[in-house]
Amino acid sequence: MDRFQLLKLENLNTSFKIMNSYYPAVDNITMDVFPNEVLAIVGESGCGKSALALSIMGLHNKERSLIKGHIYFQGTDLLSLSVSQLNKIRGKDIGMIFQDPLTALNPLMRVGQQIEESMNYHTSFSKKEKREKTLHLLEQVGIPDPRLTYNQFPHELSGGMRQRVVIAIAIACEPALVIADEPTTALDVTIQAQIMELLKTLQKKSNTGIILITHDLGVVSEMADRVAVMYAGQIVELSAVEQLFNNPLHPYTRSLLNSIPSSSSDDDRLHVIQGIVPSLQNIPRSGCRFSPRIPWIDASHHEDHPVMHEVESNHWVRCSCYKHFYFPNEKVGEK
Amino acid sequence: MLKFLLRRILIMIPQLFILSVLIFTLAKAMPGDALSGQLENAHADPKVIAEQRQKLGLDDPIQVQYIRWINHAIHGDLGMSYTHKIPVTDLIGERLWNTLLLAAATLIVSYAIAIPFGVASGRWTNSWLDKWVTCYTYFTYATPLFIFAILMMFLFSFELNLFPSGGSVDPQAVPGTLNYFISKFTHLVLPTLSGALLATSTTIQFLRNEVIDTKIQDFVATARSKGVPESKVYSRHILRNSFLPIAAFLGYDITGLIGGSVFVESIYSYPGLGQLFLDSIQQRDFTVVSALVMISGFAALLGTLLSDIILSAVDPRIRID
Repeated sequence: MDRFQLLKLENLNTSFKIMNSYYPAVDNITMDVFPNEVLAIVGESGCGKSALALSIMGLHNKERSLIKGHIYFQGTDLLSLSVSQLNKIRGKDIGMIFQDPLTALNPLMRVGQQIEESMNYHTSFSKKEKREKTLHLLEQVGIPDPRLTYNQFPHELSGGMRQRVVIAIAIACEPALVIADEPTTALDVTIQAQIMELLKTLQKKSNTGIILITHDLGVVSEMADRVAVMYAGQIVELSAVEQLFNNPLHPYTRSLLNSIPSSSSDDDRLHVIQGIVPSLQNIPRSGCRFSPRIPWIDASHHEDHPVMHEVESNHWVRCSCYKHFYFPNEKVGEK
Repeated sequence: MLKFLLRRILIMIPQLFILSVLIFTLAKAMPGDALSGQLENAHADPKVIAEQRQKLGLDDPIQVQYIRWINHAIHGDLGMSYTHKIPVTDLIGERLWNTLLLAAATLIVSYAIAIPFGVASGRWTNSWLDKWVTCYTYFTYATPLFIFAILMMFLFSFELNLFPSGGSVDPQAVPGTLNYFISKFTHLVLPTLSGALLATSTTIQFLRNEVIDTKIQDFVATARSKGVPESKVYSRHILRNSFLPIAAFLGYDITGLIGGSVFVESIYSYPGLGQLFLDSIQQRDFTVVSALVMISGFAALLGTLLSDIILSAVDPRIRID
């Protein structure tokens, strides 16, 4: 994998201030995104996925957060840039799709203006060119009547339509990287499929790199080329999508996959992962962070300072506990 | 929009009718009447008083009195002031302009102070500026107007002798001359500042909270993710959304000020409606009181209408049709 990286995260550490001390929500993440690939980041809520995305975009409140490490985008360390320098990249080379289309659009601005806004700062298009480009974008994202929608306000559109507008905003300046933060979470299932289909089409057409943040493994299997599984601020497993689904290793990944309801399974009880994701202050900072949720695994199987192991080519997994993991209803040593 | 306006104006007719009945009843329920307020009753012959009552129609049944009053009012005749002996319309007319002038000046000054400070305070929360502004708002919020106005008068009029302490214009100034305007202005300064400096506190606090609420909204993150410069994020996205509730309050603010700043006007003996209102109640000048309450009621109805119009103009989610 010596391809030129589009995005390279090196020891990225994002901490939030709670009662005067900083707690890392993104803990030493090192990861690459290549052009023209979809990298999915999966994990339960509170695992640091969105914190990671917002760190890349520089959208964290600077008074309450502390970001360390490096974020190289096309060779430039985004963390070394000033806000005005970053503004030349945001919207132009990196686009972001937000989770909730109901709140992601300014209620007082016409849809057309909101899409054109990034062109105001990143292109030298004339008024007419911007309008034409916007109409074209609206058509591309599947808005039935672009001319009408151009002059509409967000509240006049349905949730699905608004998410299409949000996507149009993100891709307005043809960015090399799109970060999609749970783009379908707020939508109903039929619309989810359409939006994912749209993202896939757009990605194929323009060779964009996409970071797709989601907790929906179905979406991952359809969309992603590679998957990073995140737990409590760390990546616990990183591999190509086929490897992950065919040979999941980390206990957390296996538990997630096992929690998907399936109609073919004989077992009519759904597997539930014990406990909850620890809150930011309560994340265990040493040892295997997932161990409290698999208490039946002997403590000696976990590493004291779990590191990533490359188990097969480009398949990384953290901690050696995966070798000894079994589900409580399985017989010991079955796997 | 036109249909909406027409409907709202038509609805005002029954509203004003109910208001007028209420005012008339309340005014009649006040102890005493115009005669007990103006005659030295102890020395007057009860027969003369009874005669006067008869002449003024005060012995007629209440509904007859009401119909007579409302009938005249509709024709623009609000009756004679018992104490001033001139038509109420004349009495109110000159004072109305004074009050409107004071109201407009107070409104402009208070918003001119509140908007920049409220926005800056909300944008740079916990900065030294924000702390000073918050301190100022608590101080002014806790200060009673009648004490503040007297302090202002004491400091700027008696001690520093910068501005006159009462009246609306120098009696010697000739209307139309430059001196007249200057005199009007200097007489306006202290009443305006006394009212405006205290009125800012709520607007500043309100605006500060709105900005703080708005700046963490998702659409602001969307704007930043587009690479919109920070100054434009504020001017195009945060401020317009923060101003919405302020705009809605503007109509009510206007109402409150037209109703007369009773304290400010009486402390500065500023000849406006507020002062007249207070005097008229004390003198049981029933016709004037009714007319004034009617005017402020009318202003309140207009104010709500104005608020609706302003809000529908700035917020596309509120449609009027």
